[in-house]
Amino acid sequence: MTDTPASPPLPAASYIHLDGPEPRLSFLKCKSCGTMFLEPERLACARCGSREGFDAHEPKYEGTLHSYSIVHRSFPGTAVPFISAVVDIDDGPSLKGNLRGVPFDADRIDGAMRVRIVFDDALGRRDADGNAYISHFFEPLAAD
Amino acid sequence: MSDVYITGIEMIAFGRYPHRTPASLGAEAVLGALDDAGITVHDVQTAYCGCVFQTMVGQKIFQQIGQTGIPIANVSNACATGATAVREAWMAVRTGDYDIALAVGVEQMTGMGMLGAARQASIPIEGLMGSTSMPATFAEAGREYAAKYGTSFAQFAKVSVKNHHHATMNPKAVLRKETPLEMVMEAEMIAYPNTKLMCSINVDGAAAVVLMSEKKVRELGLMDRAIRIRASALASDPWQQRNPQMPDINSATQIAAQRAYEMAGIEAKDLDLVELHDCFATAELLHYENLQLCGAGEANDMIDSGATALGGRIPVNVSGGLLSKGHPIGATGVANLYELSLHLRGQAGERQVEGARMGLAHVVGLGTCSAVHILEKA
Repeated sequence: MTDTPASPPLPAASYIHLDGPEPRLSFLKCKSCGTMFLEPERLACARCGSREGFDAHEPKYEGTLHSYSIVHRSFPGTAVPFISAVVDIDDGPSLKGNLRGVPFDADRIDGAMRVRIVFDDALGRRDADGNAYISHFFEPLAAD
Repeated sequence: MSDVYITGIEMIAFGRYPHRTPASLGAEAVLGALDDAGITVHDVQTAYCGCVFQTMVGQKIFQQIGQTGIPIANVSNACATGATAVREAWMAVRTGDYDIALAVGVEQMTGMGMLGAARQASIPIEGLMGSTSMPATFAEAGREYAAKYGTSFAQFAKVSVKNHHHATMNPKAVLRKETPLEMVMEAEMIAYPNTKLMCSINVDGAAAVVLMSEKKVRELGLMDRAIRIRASALASDPWQQRNPQMPDINSATQIAAQRAYEMAGIEAKDLDLVELHDCFATAELLHYENLQLCGAGEANDMIDSGATALGGRIPVNVSGGLLSKGHPIGATGVANLYELSLHLRGQAGERQVEGARMGLAHVVGLGTCSAVHILEKA
């Protein structure tokens, strides 16, 4: 609230990493069956039960829209409308996020569109200490 | 192992009871179920209570109606809570350990809003990383089905038209009015394609059921009013790639349904009515297929043709469903058994499914689990 220099933004989710020139994604990948998970630590694989451990895996930054909803009313204080989307990442897990850059009109949304994963400021949201955050967003790959 | 029968069952009228407690609502349902079975609290040997938002409600209920010292356990399993309590009571009788068991489900939800609760994080992620609201979650589940089979907004909306129509014949439902298609589609859009009239209603409610062993049913001469539990199945979400980023409401239902059909030794075509988990209109169509009421992609035709309306091939949610009856989470999975029981006894009034002998009740608890019960007129 005073003249403290702004600290660098923080990742809005544990799978977003800000340790390089560009934000990147990293997921856990089961050493046994290759299934990927979003959380930073696991004891075992939910799919095969293996406890052999996990590798860090960086996926491609593109994917395919699987499902979505155009949200017009949400929890109190949440700005609407926005599009809640589930995207199957190429060479990665499925991820939920905001789909931006498309109209809020189901008739004009290709429900299986190709998207890119981009990073941006978390809509100006700050935590109690005033920290800014970086989040992922989905945008259509096709130029409109 | 004993066959298990329902001999007493009650559901209080769902609604808003801001000046009462969960224990008071639950006690009213329990007393109704005991009266229905013609027994007293002293006959109950064990009890299971389902409630999500309050603790130790089972004991609090017996503190209202008679503290007899019996074993009471409280269970919580999201929206499958009530059905899970019934299943615990069913197992207690089925194993032969108890002859009379009680299950009760109750929830007080007035003022909680229909959207669910926001997850706490260092910054709120709602509207930043999509939505975790219940209307949006089930909208996405519906959109997934629509992407495969071309289900239209109007077809989803017809579920509300049908269920609200059914509820006009149910005095215990909280919403009892006709909602024509245009009214449903033009209602406030919450999360496309779910409008406000396509979302279930948070209300207060309770329902209770008395279960007995075959030996006890015969001893008390209750077989003429008894309902046999042909199957009680519970399943949890198997691994699935998009779950839980996109909660999988289908797989657990499919597994529970298959287990229930196998346990009962019947097929979906043998059913006369179904009460399924229509927490949002988008969910109902998915469950037609998950419960094997139709083949892949045929849910659109089911709703268009009226096959699932009262008088149709397989009536679904003739109670009005959660969309009109209301959805007091802990009570819901007992209340749908109450509806089936009314029909199997021929006591459902103007919404009676004629000649009903076999019914299926289904719930989904997000997180995720599903319970399916199959009941038969004894």
